[in-house]
Amino acid sequence: MSGWRAVLRRDLRLAARRRIEALLPLGFFVVAAGLFPLGVGPERETLRQIAPGVLWVCALLAAMLSVTTLFASDHQDGSLEQMLLAPHALVELVAGKVLAQWLTSGLPLVVAAPLIGVAFDMHAASIGVLALTLLLGTPILGWLGALGAALTLGLRSGAALVFLIVLPLAVPALIFGAGAVAAVDSGLSPRGHISLLGALLIASTMGVPFAIAAALRISVD
Amino acid sequence: MRGRRRLFRDLDVALERGSITWLRGANGSGKTSLLRILAGVSKPESGEVICDGTPVAYLAHANALKDDLTLGEALAFHARLQGLDAEPGQVRTALERLGIADRADAAVRTLSQGQRRRGALARLALDDMPRVWLLDEPFDALDADGIERAAALVEGNAARGGAVLLTSHQAVELARLRPIDLGAHA
Repeated sequence: MSGWRAVLRRDLRLAARRRIEALLPLGFFVVAAGLFPLGVGPERETLRQIAPGVLWVCALLAAMLSVTTLFASDHQDGSLEQMLLAPHALVELVAGKVLAQWLTSGLPLVVAAPLIGVAFDMHAASIGVLALTLLLGTPILGWLGALGAALTLGLRSGAALVFLIVLPLAVPALIFGAGAVAAVDSGLSPRGHISLLGALLIASTMGVPFAIAAALRISVD
Repeated sequence: MRGRRRLFRDLDVALERGSITWLRGANGSGKTSLLRILAGVSKPESGEVICDGTPVAYLAHANALKDDLTLGEALAFHARLQGLDAEPGQVRTALERLGIADRADAAVRTLSQGQRRRGALARLALDDMPRVWLLDEPFDALDADGIERAAALVEGNAARGGAVLLTSHQAVELARLRPIDLGAHA
């Protein structure tokens, strides 16, 4: 079995046994996004206008919740050292971890977003684009979050630092993701925004894993 | 270095095939740091580690076992991490060599410290390939039976042409044991 599959399988199994922890980002997303219609008021036009930004920000913050401790447990119990010493490339093992994290935390956001979109009285086309942008965007957030977690591994207040490091880096994805939905709402084509989001996904998938691996080696040293 | 304190200098250690080396030293003398450097987890301030390509296995203080996995699942993961097949029979045999096969289906969180240590040592028994073993306090928390089984593992690796460097605060009876005193290199 390849290294990334071994890590993926283990982390999915662990997530299945720590269900509350795994569902926390989804719970946060649903509650946080669900509060806006209550706080802002039931005016449909207002809700439709703020929906793209609100849902994307809530998805971003929910994604950050799950990645801050992505490597902490492995670091604490010594598993991370064993991964560093494994014959498999560390990049491969990191990819397995981030994929497991996306499957348990990012993908549920993509599935839940349309339901929340209905609460914001979004049109069907907007909901469709929202789901697509989150499908492209949550992996980007996963990569960036993992990089932040690797850079701050073992530091005091590491979780807070992850937010400070990652949120600025996530701004382009936020802008293009929310912008795509807003474009559809305005009757414009979201293709440009979606293409840029796709390019960001490709760039982060190809480059960030190596940065994460390097950061982990430095953190464990 | 640890902080600003130099732990050791002018250290020249050679691990020959078939050797079992006991790295001794007071608390804080750098035993764990040396093992981490030799394993490749840490980098030295100066000097180099030369390896002839023999695979290296490193057993740290921490057992690297996940609380929410069963002992068998945790060991199977390590087998896959080492590039082995992790057949159920292979995992069970490794646990049997450490006398803990009956706990294979138990969650790691339910095991005692000594049982967890046996579980961690079982990683070394997954196959019989001669390796360089770097073991940090391998006998920690083990009872007499556990120490005997761990010692048999260590001697078996050396007999197959591997090499072992271990630290231990307790005296251990092992054939061909060669001590190195780290305090002499402070």
